[in-house]
Amino acid sequence: MAGNAWRSMLSQAVAAVRKPTVSSFSRGMQTVTLIPGDGIGPEISTAVMKIFEAAKAPIKWEERNVTAIKGPGGKWMIPPDAKESMNKNKMGLKGPLKTPIAAGHPSMNLLLRKTFDLYANVRPCVSIEGYKTPYTDVDLVTIRENTEGEYSGIEHIIVDGVVQSIKLITEDASRRIAEYAFEYARNNQRASVTAVHKANIMRMSDGLFLRKCREVAENFKDVKFTEMYLDTVCLNMVQDPTQFDVLVMPNLYGDILSDLCAGLIGGLGVTPSGNIGANGVAIFESVHGTAPDIAGLDLANPTALLLSAVMMLRHMNLHSHADKIQTACFDTIKDKKVLTGDLGGKSKCSEFTGEICRRVHDMD
Amino acid sequence: MAAHSPVLSMSKIISSLWGGRLGSAAKVWGTTTVTSQRNKSYPPPAKYGGRHTVTLIPGDGIGPELLSHVREVFRYSCVPVDFEVIHVNSALETEDDIDNAITAIRRNGIGLKGNIETKHTLSPSVKSWNNLLRTRLDLYANVMHCQSLPGVQTRHKNIDIIIIRENTEGEYSNLEHESVSGVVESLKIITRNNSLRIAEYAFKLAREKGRRRVTAVHKANIMKLGDGLFLQCCNEVAAGYPDITFDSMIVDNTTMQLVSKPHQFDVMVMPNLYGNVVSNVCAGLVGGPGLVPGANYGRDYAVFETATRNTGKSIADRNTANPTAMLLASCMMLDHIKLNNYASLIRNAVLTTMNETRLHTPDIGGQGTTLDVVQSIMKNIQSKGQLTSEL
Repeated sequence: MAGNAWRSMLSQAVAAVRKPTVSSFSRGMQTVTLIPGDGIGPEISTAVMKIFEAAKAPIKWEERNVTAIKGPGGKWMIPPDAKESMNKNKMGLKGPLKTPIAAGHPSMNLLLRKTFDLYANVRPCVSIEGYKTPYTDVDLVTIRENTEGEYSGIEHIIVDGVVQSIKLITEDASRRIAEYAFEYARNNQRASVTAVHKANIMRMSDGLFLRKCREVAENFKDVKFTEMYLDTVCLNMVQDPTQFDVLVMPNLYGDILSDLCAGLIGGLGVTPSGNIGANGVAIFESVHGTAPDIAGLDLANPTALLLSAVMMLRHMNLHSHADKIQTACFDTIKDKKVLTGDLGGKSKCSEFTGEICRRVHDMD
Repeated sequence: MAAHSPVLSMSKIISSLWGGRLGSAAKVWGTTTVTSQRNKSYPPPAKYGGRHTVTLIPGDGIGPELLSHVREVFRYSCVPVDFEVIHVNSALETEDDIDNAITAIRRNGIGLKGNIETKHTLSPSVKSWNNLLRTRLDLYANVMHCQSLPGVQTRHKNIDIIIIRENTEGEYSNLEHESVSGVVESLKIITRNNSLRIAEYAFKLAREKGRRRVTAVHKANIMKLGDGLFLQCCNEVAAGYPDITFDSMIVDNTTMQLVSKPHQFDVMVMPNLYGNVVSNVCAGLVGGPGLVPGANYGRDYAVFETATRNTGKSIADRNTANPTAMLLASCMMLDHIKLNNYASLIRNAVLTTMNETRLHTPDIGGQGTTLDVVQSIMKNIQSKGQLTSEL
């Protein structure tokens, strides 16, 4: 259409001036910070890059390492070049990071979360046709508040033998996550948002969370809003997951429920995940572990990272490329001819990747 | 259903079960164990003329109708139990009703209850009365036995998991405050004594039931001090039971494993909130909230209810609720007061209706009414039970 031609001309002019704005996502090469991670991270990142190249996605990758270093003042922080790259590019793709036990610094995931204020963790759980689980037709999204709640890390020993952990719920964080949830629902044509809580027991804290959700729901009348107790959600989720659409909840419940939903569709090896931060930063990641036992042996399954990358493409409004890659990936799995070990097959990672690339080529 | 009584009970049954364990158990418990002043003999004291008295709290929603069915079945089977009914009005803000209920349970030693609704639109000082009951009576162990029933269609078959959940502390401590406007803090309390107590209960129960494995569910990688203490206590107690394997699992991984591979679990022990999540997941796996009974045991009292504690407001008074969970809970109660024959009679009748007659209520995919199910159960009791002339 004429509009597209005009826009591409304009974006080329804009690109020449090098003024990155949100609208430049839709045309021209977009740079994304890639954090390969540890263990199987590098090989699955290579797989994803290859598939993206085959799909001719307009993505340029900038690889960075985020191993924590001690900054001035003795505080642990991520390397400044990684931070700068992410702030410039706004989009990131991250592989699995090793959790250090005796390295002295806190978990990298925690550092990343604090550095970029990644307040929302989004995990869409869609049943994969071809990877059979007892649950079919799952199609829900869990949106979890990622900064406070039970994971504030504030604990004290009151007296010997009595420990207190503090769960923090603030008005601002609750409002922010509720707003994100409703906007996500609206942008992705989801019909309803359910707030998950335990306000019958934790009256003030979850009560505050619920109040904020209700307030935000007032501004989004086109999306249906319901509330449900955490135990009822768990009970119903296991019996009939099709009744849920978008779920929004504080940190701990989100942790448990998002992993529960991942279990419904086949586990962490096939579940995508995205973290949305303030200032437009978004880091998409695979949530499985580093699998050190199969690292470097070309046996890893890149599906989780690939689907997270697809989520990233959708976030950047590159829907055609996202659909193409996702269809290729699902068709490969449905076909069952070339599958990695964890999906029940015997192929290598490179073969699996190659098959997906082939399908992507065929689609053009 | 054997011992839930204290470690240092005088009862012969207990000491024969425990034998040499008393020594190590005393070391674990230290000086905080109360040397039982009460001479705890079975059955609990509220027995007069051969008839027991049990406190009945109908609650809200489907509670009243299900409990009336329980009374009907008991009457039909000539069970020597009288019910002292205490109504608790959840709409009131005063604690008089719940105080009466607690006093009645203290008096009788046993309770059977429906769930009391918590209107969380009232001010936060009005606590959940179910929670109040549990903490005041110190019903520290919530036990739920999830078993797949052959007559019920589920995605996973042959599940057999016992869940033991700490019932009094953890996230349900009701200690909340708004330190600054817009910032609310909620305290989760974990204590050494309670963690030891629940771990001890879990291992004891596992041994009694011949179970091989106990799994502790926690989130100690994040809540290092709180859940770390819980895990440490479980480890200490596990050392005293070398015949039982003990391992631990993080709660999010647990839920993931439960929906994909539930057969790896045997007995699970955990703090309060995770217990809530895991017990509801397991109840869903075996067929829903209408099938699983639950029991809350304390040192001196026991209260029986459905495992998932639902009020069922939306299906109240429609004759569609599933009476199985409440009836099985009442059977657990009968076992507790040593009326085992009656318990088996009613339990078999319920399971026969569930598995053979396949008379199912809507929540498990059938079309029967509550009344149909109860009448089928009573018919089964009639054919199997003793004749009144023989009693």
